[in-house]
Amino acid sequence: MKLMPCPLNGPRNITEFTYGGELVAMPDPAACTDAEWADYVFNKTNPAGIVREWWLHNASHYWFIAERDTVTDDILRTFDPGELFTARIDFAPQPARQETPS
Amino acid sequence: MPFSLLRNALSSDPCAKPDFPPPPPLGRSYDVVIIGGGGHGVATAYYLATRHGIANVAVLEKGYLGGGNTARNTAVIRSNYLTPESVKFYIASVDLYRDLSNELDFNIMYSERGQLTLAHTDGAVRAFRQRCEVNRHLGARSEMLDRQQIKELVPCLNLDPGHLPVLAGLWHIDGATARHDAIAWGYARGAIARGAHFHPLTEAQDFVVENNRVTAVKTNRGLIQCGCVVQAVAGSSSLLLNKLGIRAPIHTYPLQAMVTQPVKPFLDPLVSSSALHCYVQQTGRGEILIGGGSDPYPLYSSRATLDLKEGLLAHAVEMFPFLADAKLMRQWAGITDMTPDYSPIMGRSPIDNYYLDAGWGTYGFKATPICGVTMAELVASGGETPELIQPFSLDRFSRFRQINEMGATAASH
Ligand SMILES: Cc1cc2nc3c(=O)[nH]c(=O)nc-3n(C[C@H](O)[C@H](O)[C@H](O)COP(=O)(O)OP(=O)(O)OC[C@H]3O[C@@H](n4cnc5c(N)ncnc54)[C@H](O)[C@@H]3O)c2cc1C
Repeated sequence: MKLMPCPLNGPRNITEFTYGGELVAMPDPAACTDAEWADYVFNKTNPAGIVREWWLHNASHYWFIAERDTVTDDILRTFDPGELFTARIDFAPQPARQETPS
Repeated sequence: MPFSLLRNALSSDPCAKPDFPPPPPLGRSYDVVIIGGGGHGVATAYYLATRHGIANVAVLEKGYLGGGNTARNTAVIRSNYLTPESVKFYIASVDLYRDLSNELDFNIMYSERGQLTLAHTDGAVRAFRQRCEVNRHLGARSEMLDRQQIKELVPCLNLDPGHLPVLAGLWHIDGATARHDAIAWGYARGAIARGAHFHPLTEAQDFVVENNRVTAVKTNRGLIQCGCVVQAVAGSSSLLLNKLGIRAPIHTYPLQAMVTQPVKPFLDPLVSSSALHCYVQQTGRGEILIGGGSDPYPLYSSRATLDLKEGLLAHAVEMFPFLADAKLMRQWAGITDMTPDYSPIMGRSPIDNYYLDAGWGTYGFKATPICGVTMAELVASGGETPELIQPFSLDRFSRFRQINEMGATAASH
């Protein structure tokens, strides 16, 4: 069994966790172009090597970040997202939606 | 035949001829460089030679011929997808497969046994009806079966696995298998006989790009000048794209499969369950082949995990309870290049003369012939995308025009 060192719950069987994707900066949805948004939503770096990624501990619904080697599957470090996200992010307000006449 | 047998029996010359000559020395320059010597790469080389008279072609393979996912897949061939774009494309591939042994003069052991996919929920039944209608409209042979018909088709199947009784089935008469290695060998032999070069142990490592064109490929054996490049490297797709700065929605996941010891023939159709994420088929040798969904997170490694094997086997035993007594004989994995919509990425790239055959994930074996045909057409026309593959272009994601085949792919490949 492979163990995931969860920052909140300690080492647990990796089957208790869900992979959540590469850690990437989110562009401001109200201000970015469609192409930038599509790049954020779909595109991956998918490197063969060390990558920072989101993981979820299912039972406690706790999201955290892991540094994992995608060739050896070694988990090098896990930490609370609070280490990276120190301030609240306020996006530009969405413009009010125009009702289209039907 | 009997005469040649007699003649050769009396002669001291060995009558068997090797299928492949030893690899030629690496050329300095080729019109077309194909990276990846799996089925897709060699099929492209074959059709470039046979249909377009282009034979100054090199196929670069970092390992050996067909040793990637072409050697590891479970050889499900079918066209019962959901979207018209996919169904048309895969029907064209199945049509090529049917005649491939003749075309290649190489026995690919094509065996049309039909594929049965089980629905265990009302939602799945509705989705299967839709697939059935789309399939029939476009010419693929699919029909809905009820429980009684399923029982008659596969008498040893448990119709009430645990909490998921089987409600109906999608019966795809065109479903088939073939010998996966033979596809790579047959296409490679045909391409080499017409002048293409196959270079094993030759890894593409980087590129020389001038004026938005790749002018040379850097390999572990030196630099190769090129007119254009086709990339067909399956699980390693992102690694080459990253060298060129091309962004793509590909994640590399391992996919595992296994076979039991051989038993007497009992299972003709390929059987797959949408809810149990498991498929079971009996090979020509009698082994029971068991496959299912991908690993739960990305990895560039073909290691095995007990977690996945246990889950998959539990589901296989739900479907065919007597399998509990069978012994596993072999297991393996391949690394697959998955896209978010379970459709491939084919056609042009942001680099003018660099063509993509990627994102083939867990479902690209069945597409090998049609990929060869369409990629050869794309190359020969200097970049005019054949109609059949236009929907699969890389830029569909920035236009939000995905071709969603997740439901029609996840457990049946
Ligand atoms: C367990 C498993 C089951 C599957 N089951 C099915 C199925 O039932 N039906 C189906 O249709 N599909 C299935 N697939 C998917 C199918 O195997 C693949 O989509 C298909 O084989 C891809 O063919 P290819 O020629 O593109 O890739 P491959 O056969 O993987 O060939 C790519 C080649 O590129 C080489 N390469 C990589 N990087 C480089 C480089 N830098 N330089 C030179 N060479 C390089 C690799 O060594 C490899 O040989 C399955 C896959 C797996 C792993």
